[in-house]
Amino acid sequence: MELVQLLISGISQGCVYGLIALGFVLIYKATEMVNFAQGDLMMLGAFIAFGFINVLGWPFLWGFLATLAVMGVVGVTLERLLLRPMIGEPPFAVLMLTIGLGFILRAVAGAIWGYEDKTLSTPYGGGVARWGEISVGYENIAVVLGTLALCVLVFVFFRKTRVGIAMQAASQNQLAAYYVGIPVKWIFALVWAMSAMISATAGILVAPLSLINPIMGFVGIKAFAAAIVGGFGSLPGAFLAGLMIGIVEQFAKHGLPSGLEGFSETTAYVILLIMLFIRPEGIFATMQRKKV
Amino acid sequence: MCYGRTWGINVALLTLRNIETYYGPIMAIRGISLDVESGTIVTILGANGAGKTTVLKTISGAMDPQKGSVVFADENITAWDPGKVARLGVGHVPEGREVFPFLSVEENLRMGAFTRRDGASRVQRDLELVYDYFPTLADSKGLAAGYLSGGQQQMLAIGRALMLRPRLMLLDEPSLGLAPMLVKEIADIVVRLNKEQGVTMLLVEQNARVALAISDYGYVMEVGRIVMEDTCERLAAATDIQEFYLGMKDQGVRGRRRWKQRKTWR
Ligand SMILES: Nc1ncnc2c1ncn2[C@@H]1O[C@H](COP(=O)(O)OP(=O)(O)OP(=O)(O)O)[C@@H](O)[C@H]1O
Ligand SMILES: [Mg+2]
Repeated sequence: MELVQLLISGISQGCVYGLIALGFVLIYKATEMVNFAQGDLMMLGAFIAFGFINVLGWPFLWGFLATLAVMGVVGVTLERLLLRPMIGEPPFAVLMLTIGLGFILRAVAGAIWGYEDKTLSTPYGGGVARWGEISVGYENIAVVLGTLALCVLVFVFFRKTRVGIAMQAASQNQLAAYYVGIPVKWIFALVWAMSAMISATAGILVAPLSLINPIMGFVGIKAFAAAIVGGFGSLPGAFLAGLMIGIVEQFAKHGLPSGLEGFSETTAYVILLIMLFIRPEGIFATMQRKKV
Repeated sequence: MCYGRTWGINVALLTLRNIETYYGPIMAIRGISLDVESGTIVTILGANGAGKTTVLKTISGAMDPQKGSVVFADENITAWDPGKVARLGVGHVPEGREVFPFLSVEENLRMGAFTRRDGASRVQRDLELVYDYFPTLADSKGLAAGYLSGGQQQMLAIGRALMLRPRLMLLDEPSLGLAPMLVKEIADIVVRLNKEQGVTMLLVEQNARVALAISDYGYVMEVGRIVMEDTCERLAAATDIQEFYLGMKDQGVRGRRRWKQRKTWR
């Protein structure tokens, strides 16, 4: 029973890594930029939701939707003001820029909301569902269901909608996308908006599990490892790798001798190292090699 | 199949005047003027690096000229966004096909209609039209475009541009790397699209023989300039063209050489 329990908490933690990894890969595939502030966007999303729901007292659903809207605008603004002028600059310059952006976002959040842990009031915090000996916190269920719903949405968007397919097209062959008249710059802004919104959702889902504070975005670094393990070109790959890291991490935390549990934090990197040895192109990289 | 130029009521659909285009400090186009009349096939010939691709990119807006003007259908489209130029009716079939490799054939074609706002049923009808012209694409609708052969990808690129319902199609070396059979097939399709669908063609080719055979008018480029222009009938007869582009200079000599070689084989 304990194993099932561990599995469930691993899955819910993994969902969060997976969602942030999704954000990384989305931006990378479309714009070939690596956004190291992805985790901090999650943190920002959680704080904004906290502002709407706890400070202003809005109902959860409205607060959630308003957060998505705000984060969409934040994503577009970041793309316009910071990233678009960087097109054509070397990748490491963009990387440094996004690392700097992370510092700024943490400082801003700290200045506005302070550094103490906050708890977001959610309809799914605190309760516990029981099946026989297994008890599962509502927040774990919410994370898994929320993530599932989001993944289905993202999948349908990319496979079935005109804009979603155009987004794929622009990431596969930018030049050809220009020639057929796809508004590539607008698509890039949209990618940033989506990525910021997905991260914010991750932040809201995880808020009852791991309290809100300016440094909660550091899990982004584990999600980054997940993105690499997944092949950095594949959305399902990134998500599944995040899930895997979350699960293994929970088991490591439980299985390691007392005093050494801290090493469970290295799980993501151990998995990354193993992956780089046995399959450097990532889990799902067979078809995803980028053209151009 | 050379019709000569019609100097009747037709006015130029596309006009370039004194275009100069740069890659950074490198001047790739050094003052080019040309006209493409509505309903015709016009070809640009030239050696590697002459600047043919750059001219097409300047027309479709992928590159902006430093000087000069591009006028299409009475609209000054100089330095317009590629999407806006496409919407006005210019379909660019780029050098090297440039399909979307992981999208299916049908998705590739539908992306060609991305800028259209005239309803799904019309787009669907044009999709059927493309499949009529290219039955091989109809057979591989669901296949990722990256798995198609070079010839099929070229057809897909042309079909994708056709989905715009273009008035002008810019074709950049459609025969590059194709077997002679396919070169002929593509050339026939270009002529059919011109005659049946009324699509004006601006065709860039290294294969001068094919290009001169199907075009009405031709321009010859050398290092960023136009050095010769005429009806393709007269171009095909010009000694310079025969020498440099049709390889006819020492046919007699070569023939003899071949015969001699054969003798030594025996
Ligand atoms: N991206 C680029 N950066 C710098 N110079 C370029 C670039 N692309 C082309 N050039 C230069 O511009 C000139 C014209 O190139 P362009 O591609 O238009 O020639 P082309 O006639 O299409 O040649 P080809 O027959 O090989 O396709 C060449 O001298 C080339 O070296
Ligand atoms: Mg070229």
